[in-house]
Amino acid sequence: MAASLATPAPALGAKTRINDFSIQVATVNGSGSQTANTVLLRAIFQMGVFVSGKNLFPSNIAGLPTWFTIRASAKGYVARKASNEMLILMNPETAKEDIAKADVGALVIYDEPLQLDKLRSDLAFIPVPFQKLVTASCPEPKLHKLVKNMIYVGVAARQLNVDMEEVKKAITKQLKGKAKAIEINQAAAVAGYDWALENLPDQDHIKVVRDNKTQGLIIVDGNEACALGALFAGVTVVGWYPITPASSLVETFIEYAEEYRKDPKTGKSTVAIVQMEDELASAGVVLAAGWAGARSMTSTAGPGVSLMSEFIGLGYYVEAPGVFFNVARTGPSTGLPTRTQQSDVELCAKCSHGDTQHINLFPGNMEECFQFAYDAFDLAEWFQTPIFVVTDLDLGMQNWSSKPFTYPTRPYNRGKVLNEQQLAEAKDWGRYKDVDGDGICYRSLPGTPGGKGSYFTRGSGHNAYAQYSEKPEDYVEVVDRLKRKYETAKTHVPKPVFRNLGSAKGILAFGSSDPAVIEAQDILAEGGLKTDYLRLRALPFTAEVDAFVSEKKVVYVVEQNRDGQLANLFKEGYPEFATKFKSVLHYNGHAIDAKCIVDQITAFEQK
Amino acid sequence: MTTATASAPTNKLGLTKQDYVGSKSTLCAGCGHDAITAQIISAAFESSIEGHRVTKYSGIGCSSKTPAYFINQGWGFNSVHGRMPAIATGASLANRNLINIGVSGDGDSMSIGMGQFVHAVRRNIPMIYIIEDNGVYGLTKGQFSATADQGSHLKSGSVNNLPPIDPCTLAIELGCGFVARCFSGNPKQLNAILKAAFAYEGTVVLDIISPCVTFNNHDTSTRSYKHVKDHDFPLHDLGFIQYSEIEEVEIPAGQTEVVTFPDGSKVAIKAIHESYDPTDRFSAMKAIHESMAKGEFLTGLLYINPTQPPLPQVLNLVDEPLATLDESLVKPSPAVLEEIMRSLM
Repeated sequence: MAASLATPAPALGAKTRINDFSIQVATVNGSGSQTANTVLLRAIFQMGVFVSGKNLFPSNIAGLPTWFTIRASAKGYVARKASNEMLILMNPETAKEDIAKADVGALVIYDEPLQLDKLRSDLAFIPVPFQKLVTASCPEPKLHKLVKNMIYVGVAARQLNVDMEEVKKAITKQLKGKAKAIEINQAAAVAGYDWALENLPDQDHIKVVRDNKTQGLIIVDGNEACALGALFAGVTVVGWYPITPASSLVETFIEYAEEYRKDPKTGKSTVAIVQMEDELASAGVVLAAGWAGARSMTSTAGPGVSLMSEFIGLGYYVEAPGVFFNVARTGPSTGLPTRTQQSDVELCAKCSHGDTQHINLFPGNMEECFQFAYDAFDLAEWFQTPIFVVTDLDLGMQNWSSKPFTYPTRPYNRGKVLNEQQLAEAKDWGRYKDVDGDGICYRSLPGTPGGKGSYFTRGSGHNAYAQYSEKPEDYVEVVDRLKRKYETAKTHVPKPVFRNLGSAKGILAFGSSDPAVIEAQDILAEGGLKTDYLRLRALPFTAEVDAFVSEKKVVYVVEQNRDGQLANLFKEGYPEFATKFKSVLHYNGHAIDAKCIVDQITAFEQK
Repeated sequence: MTTATASAPTNKLGLTKQDYVGSKSTLCAGCGHDAITAQIISAAFESSIEGHRVTKYSGIGCSSKTPAYFINQGWGFNSVHGRMPAIATGASLANRNLINIGVSGDGDSMSIGMGQFVHAVRRNIPMIYIIEDNGVYGLTKGQFSATADQGSHLKSGSVNNLPPIDPCTLAIELGCGFVARCFSGNPKQLNAILKAAFAYEGTVVLDIISPCVTFNNHDTSTRSYKHVKDHDFPLHDLGFIQYSEIEEVEIPAGQTEVVTFPDGSKVAIKAIHESYDPTDRFSAMKAIHESMAKGEFLTGLLYINPTQPPLPQVLNLVDEPLATLDESLVKPSPAVLEEIMRSLM
């Protein structure tokens, strides 16, 4: 058997797509396919090739169809690609439909009894006797169902010319320390590999060739990256409620906190984590903890934000800090809970009744998920207000390769908090007095001794001294100052990043659309249309955004929702330029791809 | 802070009762809630509570205005309708040195805020949870609340056809370790219970029948002063003895049952109504249900279990307030990040 592990030289033809293809794996959820798919992805990554994975899974625990797409790209394009060069079909329920949708010339690895090869003549069919192979390689029948998927990893590895040693390494990594599981899964992968080597002709359609693009990179998802940002930001109170796709953010945080947030001497915890009864209660915990001086956070998705909105408005008006991660999913209502969308833009910009404006951070990659999570706690405490960090299912739950995160050396900024001595020395202190002219007032924390600094926080009308007031002038003073505070934020939030090819035509996008926009920009440029690209990273809009919008003749606003929500914010923010904004939209629940951007911009250009 | 004068008695902190007052009440003259506020002030003074450690939370309604009327030295947080428990939860976790007082009403807690009430009690948040219970929505001008007795009338004449929710039996069912019912018109009993409540570490649920003089004090109301006075059955004479006073106070022998708190403070309970064991959850439930069937308000310390661990203890939090932990204690080192990054490669 060992002999087979030496990888033969790949068969390459003139049209071979080297390190540039997509594989779609169709399985049944709950069958262990996620492990197999991650192993395949990781093995390609270990071959030094840029790779990204998208799990298209159902809102269900076991038994429903699920698809996993792996894209390898020598150029580093990691967006979802609309076409697939290889299909691995393990789910009898969807196989026929998957075949019908397959791109011409695709390689189709499938479970032999499905007899798919009669369905089309323009595909390259590779029937595999999975049951026979699993029976021979795995001694425990009850594990066959789970291990079966690892066989296709071996078959695909052989077909793609992925080194079997990398597959074995990936299995060891994926199944961290579970010796028996590692052994069984490695045996299954090897069985698939050996069978393919002996029984299948080599193909020259798609191949992996060892490269060095991923050296020193990590594979991580955005929820974990955000959790790590919060860990290093020293969050001390977490109130949360489970919701797809945001749960794993707090769950990952809990795992890290177990290890790194215990007092080494006493074993006691430096963070309180409470699973609340709903998102509204979570929001209350976050804001009250922030009010009392803790660094606090929650993580949720659109339905949770809707429920929290009552407290978010309170937090805005009483000026209590807190970090709210929104890992957005497809709405409205329950929508498609396991699918991605950027459809909470307007919700988070103006969450709650009355006049409200919130600072939003939009990370667009894993390093930014980490860094913005870290920054959000400083911003929350500096601006004494709820801060939204808005990602989505695509960023939050999918696998992304990334440079390792840089240690955030900047010390925490705990904001304008007066201690006992400062309170004693302060003359005519008022909780809501704008001493510095930036709209940000000085606060005191409950429990501060000395007899000074107590005040009454209320969601009802109040004056600069935090006293109850229904006077029109008091009301206006406070809400105008809040607006001033929001203006101040323009110089504190992350500036946009640019990818300018030299054009008067602009593309504007945020968050997870980034890789698809970059790829689309290149495709458009190849076709003769150069664009300048601004990736928005925060609300409110900064001076760089103002300049971009005023300079460009047209601004294509790319976003993943039906109504062009970000474009709406731009039209409202820049009414004099309202006609410049053209919406490029993608909202079917799948992650956005470059082709849809290219097609829509091309159509606008041809008008 | 006022200076103690020769005429005004001082407590162990050298403070007078005046040091525990708040702003002037804007409630209706004769409102039961003001009588409760007065006893919170007295009990805090007598228990030598440090004002700066006090946090006062409320939701929305007449009751929820009252935290402004006591202990000005503390921090108040008048939040949103029915959501006071979440506010108390967050703040009490952020700083475990705070002394948390939540004031709510029957509408705020038993209707819109029922979910949060239930879960705060279940988590044993360190707080005194006061329900100023008048069976009616006062601030919106007199609609029935969920504690209104079946068959009771509104001032407008309409009749409540639905059964009431009882906060006390509910709290006992949820595992609350300190459940009491009082009548705002019985200051002595309320004072003793509040002092015991200040010494208790977990959630105290205190349902205080507090007649609404404007909307629910008419002859046919079961929450009117007259009706409650006639149907108030105090269970016992209560005496609360703080740990520091143990040496000075002699607890009478005989009929008196003594419950000792973890800090050594004691509640002396002398039964007057009938034989009642407030440390027995099941007999407490039985007695309350029997009295309710007779249309009585059984008042006093209904149930007590002094050793239930409050949430910060359950979460095994460090002893210092989380809010003010130094960066060095909460920010892992560069080596930790390196270790994590390596594991993701």
